Amino acid sequence: MNIERRRVLKTLFLAGTALAAPQWVFGREYGRGQGVPWEPLTGDIPYHGTLEERFFTSQERETVAAVFAILIPSDEDGPGAAEAEAVTFIDRQLAGFYGAAQHWYMKGPFPKGAATQGYQSEHPPAQLYRLGLRELDLHCEREFGVPFRRLSEDDRHSVLEGLDNEEIEFTDLSAKTFFDLMLENVIEGFFSDPIYGGNRDLIGWRYVGFPGARYDYREFVNHNGARLDLPPVGLMGRPAWVRN
Amino acid sequence: MNQKQCLSISAALAAWALTSFATEAQELASSQVAKGRYLTQAGDCMACHTDFDNDGIPYAGGRGLETPFGVIYTPNLTPDDETGLGRWSRDDFYRALNEGIGRSGEHLYPAFPYPYFTHMPREDTDAIYDYLRTLTPVRAEKPENDLPFPLSLRGSILGWKTLFFEDEELRRDPEQSEAWNRGRYLVDGPGHCGACHTGKNFLGADLEEEYLRGGTLEHWFAPNIRGGDNGGISDWSERDIVEFLGAGRAPHTAPMQRMGEVVAISTQNLERSDLSAIATYLKSLDDRPEPEREDIETERLEVGEAIYFDSCAACHDADLTGVPYFFAPLVSSNKVSAEDPTTVIRVILEGARAVATDAAPTPLSMPPFAWKLNDDQIADLVSFLRHRSNRPAGSVSASQVSEIRNYLIEHQGGER
Amino acid sequence: MARQLPGKDVVIIGFGWTGAIMAEQLTDAGLEVLALERGPWRDTPTHFATTFAQDELRFYWRHGMFQEASHDTVTFRNNEEQMALPMRRWGSFLPGNGVGGAGVHWNGQTFRFLPSDFVARSHNEERYGRLPEEMTVQDYGVTYDELEPHFDHFEKICGISGQAGNVNGERVEGGNPFEGMRSEHYPNPPMQMTFSQDRFMASARQLGLDPFPGPSANMSRAYTNPLGMQLAPCTYCGFCEKYGCGNYSKASPQTTIIPALMRRENFVLRTHSEVIAIEKSADGSRATGVRYVDSQGDEYVQPAEIVILAAYPLQNTRLLLLSGIGEPYDPQDGTGVVGKNYCYQVMSSVNVFYDDHYTNEFVGAGALGAVVDNYNGDNFDHSGLGFIGGGYIACWTTNTRPIESHPVPDGVPGWGSEWKQAVRENFLKTTAVGLHGASMAHRSNYLDLDPVYTDRWGRPLLRMTYDFTLNDRLLTAHITPFVEEIARGMGGREVKVNRRRGSYDSKPYQTTHNTGGTIMGESPSDSVTNRYCQSWDLPNLFITGAGLFPQNAGYNPTGTVGALAYWSANAIINTYLARPGPLVQS
Repeated sequence: MNIERRRVLKTLFLAGTALAAPQWVFGREYGRGQGVPWEPLTGDIPYHGTLEERFFTSQERETVAAVFAILIPSDEDGPGAAEAEAVTFIDRQLAGFYGAAQHWYMKGPFPKGAATQGYQSEHPPAQLYRLGLRELDLHCEREFGVPFRRLSEDDRHSVLEGLDNEEIEFTDLSAKTFFDLMLENVIEGFFSDPIYGGNRDLIGWRYVGFPGARYDYREFVNHNGARLDLPPVGLMGRPAWVRN
Repeated sequence: MNQKQCLSISAALAAWALTSFATEAQELASSQVAKGRYLTQAGDCMACHTDFDNDGIPYAGGRGLETPFGVIYTPNLTPDDETGLGRWSRDDFYRALNEGIGRSGEHLYPAFPYPYFTHMPREDTDAIYDYLRTLTPVRAEKPENDLPFPLSLRGSILGWKTLFFEDEELRRDPEQSEAWNRGRYLVDGPGHCGACHTGKNFLGADLEEEYLRGGTLEHWFAPNIRGGDNGGISDWSERDIVEFLGAGRAPHTAPMQRMGEVVAISTQNLERSDLSAIATYLKSLDDRPEPEREDIETERLEVGEAIYFDSCAACHDADLTGVPYFFAPLVSSNKVSAEDPTTVIRVILEGARAVATDAAPTPLSMPPFAWKLNDDQIADLVSFLRHRSNRPAGSVSASQVSEIRNYLIEHQGGER
Repeated sequence: MARQLPGKDVVIIGFGWTGAIMAEQLTDAGLEVLALERGPWRDTPTHFATTFAQDELRFYWRHGMFQEASHDTVTFRNNEEQMALPMRRWGSFLPGNGVGGAGVHWNGQTFRFLPSDFVARSHNEERYGRLPEEMTVQDYGVTYDELEPHFDHFEKICGISGQAGNVNGERVEGGNPFEGMRSEHYPNPPMQMTFSQDRFMASARQLGLDPFPGPSANMSRAYTNPLGMQLAPCTYCGFCEKYGCGNYSKASPQTTIIPALMRRENFVLRTHSEVIAIEKSADGSRATGVRYVDSQGDEYVQPAEIVILAAYPLQNTRLLLLSGIGEPYDPQDGTGVVGKNYCYQVMSSVNVFYDDHYTNEFVGAGALGAVVDNYNGDNFDHSGLGFIGGGYIACWTTNTRPIESHPVPDGVPGWGSEWKQAVRENFLKTTAVGLHGASMAHRSNYLDLDPVYTDRWGRPLLRMTYDFTLNDRLLTAHITPFVEEIARGMGGREVKVNRRRGSYDSKPYQTTHNTGGTIMGESPSDSVTNRYCQSWDLPNLFITGAGLFPQNAGYNPTGTVGALAYWSANAIINTYLARPGPLVQS
């Protein structure tokens, strides 16, 4: 390569594809004085699936909604998981890479671990929900004669407490692991960006006063303990971004 | 900006001055070839005569230039006998630059900016010729131009030249300083700044009354670069212009995309005295005051402001004053206030990147918003920015945004 | 069949902070350098732009930029009685992945260890007598004074915003009075403090302590570093730790080094290239290069004159074990060195809840905080306390991202109406004061290869055997009351003390400060590298990172990690290149 050419490549911003050696040789190669690759219109924008993607059957969906409504209830203090559509959030999540535990280490064996060893189920989240919901209904039918979604609110509450306190056990999976995952997921569905299907109309953020996907608070660092009323904004905006 | 920050930027600039002037320009200044190389850089010849998209060899041509009339491919400037300038004489070369006539007597398309190069004296074109002869010959056929009839007939150029081309050297203006005269020569001669920055008529010729007031090409708007009263860069100092062209950073903005190429290939290699001369000349060009604008609907401004505050302030600051040398202050941006909003819309849609230079290696970039904002939102945002500009400009419509979006989708593989 | 590639002067394994530092220094010295990174390319405008970087679900809860656990993870157990099980998803710590490594998603809290931290054994034994047998604490072999110029340089590369306390022996008001002598001030003034820090500082001063602004790699103003790299002013958006910075205002390899490095002809980076072994010469006296696998699973042998092991500490240990370099540590008789002295960090905290004041902690930055060092290191008398070391006490306002953080007062259940209401009432009105404690080496905390679980290529995972030690327990028990005292002085309605309790739990996020395993020291019998971070076994192998720490101090590690990398690079360039061979005779 002559000097002039090297110089040009060094000073120019060339597209990433032009810089990379063919995939079959080395993976990808960068450097050699060619600077940092960049392409217009290109970005690793959030993947949020489609509105059509669903994992639950209608009965499962109803049961999960009933569980979520106990964990984050709608009450006189404000909206809950139902208004936030947290069940839509997890339905879509379970249909995607999360449900399949695509980024988790899922090789066996799967002995029961100590509490400090974390998630040790052989089931990825979607499967855990499928099996867990079945066992939950079996338990309720055994104890109350009806599936979870037909229980009174008080009974639902006590069943969930039983799971949380490890008083109820399932046969094929850890009831506690299942409960912990549902609790984690309902919080995600209440508080994650609306782009993922929950936190509908920014309801979770509004409720606690979180201003959302903002990136500049320089004007407010000196708040000195005063309330800041910044309307929440999602990655795809807020109502003020649209003309009536 | 505080003092410490000023100092660190000056230090970077000083380092740049040392590397690019002392080592290259001065060592070689004595020889004719070095002079030719310098003028070739000043003329940014490599930019058009290299097919960067296909990893082409510098000066071997083949880059497709998108003109309003079709695509024209650039020829090979290396001294290859068959496909390059191998058999060209100095006279042939001079005639091409001075009269727009090729070796076989054919008229050249004015995408080759001979209306500017004609201002160069014979000794300068000879020097460029001598430099190009030193390149390694490369055999490279250029693709057929993609022009519609009758433009595909070279004879049609003659008519164009009769109407719009004057073959003359620039005469020194004795009323003006040496620097001003040198600056005008660099701007109007080898630098051919007006090729992008001057408005064109429907046949692609410069409009005298639009001189350096900004021009549209390749779906970009090259902004107004007149530096006098009411000009697009009236609030730039001469030093700002020198920093922009030399180091690739200035308080107001950084060169991006096509101007980034110009700085990387051409202006960062020019001597500081020449950059100062360019600045002196540009600062002498006054402009007419902006016309009064009709008010933009309040609701559109409110929407635009909401989007700005939520999405843009992280870099450009809530009051649009930016961060000097880092993020453009939009209040004074000549792209925001331009009559033609193409560039500002396009930058919002596809993002933009400041050229990286040795002095400023950080390729500061703006991310694309095409996936996030729809046409109405971008139109309201740009209208808000234009309303808040120091040189207020009129509103833009969603259809203007849509047109550019469609162009980008078609030409860049769409939103990703 | 592995494909043989043309040789290089230097091959660097891993392209995070120390990989980038080494590459910059060694290319500057004229060497041909190749960096191998197993993750992807990452850059500000494309991978963590302001248009989407502030996405809590994606980047934290779905692990957008962390090591791919499905490829390989760590198995964990608290003690040898247990069977180690894989961390199937990350929890307690979050190793980085891709270009920039964890340097992309760190907070930016950039301390220098204390002079006494580098001589932890000799200093403490001289002052307090012999340490217990099971405490395998050691000296670093390098002193603070030797590292000082390199701390200084790393701070300038990063543009650290802070307040010096001791410049050339002169006490500077408002800085840390306990810090080692520094040759220059920080390159930038401290971050702007907010309500919580004001309250913390006032309370600490009231108690006669010496608060100072946390040294921050988030910029307090626009800054250009010695490589000409531009860093913009921090906007206090609160998305630092676990997130990449979208507006160039947090020091990372991307914002401080990589673009300048990428302009050099003698540097090459290959991504999606996972090193599976360091290759040795037939006589075992030198490293000859590395063996790596690309994303297609194709194998290559890359020869090099110098090998730099610059991956995450856990990977560095594993790679040495998999390559058969150095003697594996044996906890039974305390022999061997690779995997020895794995340490972490011990924490406790106190929440402060206000009634009439809003802390608004969503206005934050990764290293926006006020710190008290009176209980760190040996800054206080440990006589009769039964432990050594300490920690800093700080009030950081890094964020309140709502999936992650909803502190509620004592007695509130974990879900249901009462929980929900308590979250709402306290979300904007809470702050926390934390103890960031040292973790001293212990004979039974170590790393080795797991006998059961394997990675995607079938190689053993790394096994971590770790629990909090008596020293940790005594340390936190002693200092947490001081944390509480400061917190109580901050004028809230009530406080909640989160003591360090029970065994180390790998689930909840604590900190990504995994140290040890490839420790540096004075003798090949008790360390993996000499004082120049050069392998005792293979003199052309150099190791970087927090794995070098013989034990962890009461600070965030990155400042010391950066200084050690520059120190080592300096030794390679100024000494090793002229006379390749051991820099310290064993």
